[in-house]
Amino acid sequence: MAISVDAPDVSRDLAQKAGYTFPLLSDQNTEVIRRYDLVHAGAGENGHDIARPAEFLVDSTGTVRWINLTENYFVRARPEQVLEVSKLLK
Amino acid sequence: MNVRRINWPLWVGFLLTIAAFMTYFFVFVWIPFTRDFPWANLLLFAFAGVLLFMGLRRGFASDRPHPTRSKIVAVIVSAFSLLVCALFVFSFFVVGRWLPASKGAPQVGQRVPEFTLPDTTGKPVSLNELLRSPINGKTPRGVLLVFYRGYW
Repeated sequence: MAISVDAPDVSRDLAQKAGYTFPLLSDQNTEVIRRYDLVHAGAGENGHDIARPAEFLVDSTGTVRWINLTENYFVRARPEQVLEVSKLLK
Repeated sequence: MNVRRINWPLWVGFLLTIAAFMTYFFVFVWIPFTRDFPWANLLLFAFAGVLLFMGLRRGFASDRPHPTRSKIVAVIVSAFSLLVCALFVFSFFVVGRWLPASKGAPQVGQRVPEFTLPDTTGKPVSLNELLRSPINGKTPRGVLLVFYRGYW
């Protein structure tokens, strides 16, 4: 699932446009983003706080098995990379 | 209009510079191989640099019909191109790294904080619920949490 500060209708348009079938959740007041220490202060439109790019692979017990915190926002996790680490899940 | 009067290397170099900048965002960003490190764009900038250098030399050649104008145009076009290249390098290698350290983010082996957030229909969805609700009759082995900047 994916989380951003986008409003639900913005995420709905994105999901429709891109054909995403996984849940897109809205964290408009960065409550969860803050709890995960992923706030990129002032980086959004009109200086709003947004999430920095981050990926977590969480197993069925809610434990983190893999993290990707990029150091450059042009560089993101790739699908093949995630499929490879998803083998860590049993 | 006399075609030979046009400083071709200068203008082709200039167009290539613009292309080197734009193609990252419209083409190469979609290819993992050219996205993570913009070598294709840096290569285009290098080609453009060679052409601009040739254009500068030509602009300063003594056989130009309008020597002063020719020099001024060559200098302005080259300087602007250099600026475009600098802007690209700065955006990718400096601005791209302006990210918070996120030292407090959940680490491998730690439990992630539980949360509930609205989905695209406004319905609240919790992490626990996603981890427990069956997909194709099977309970999921896990979930990938992707935080993204938004505004797509």
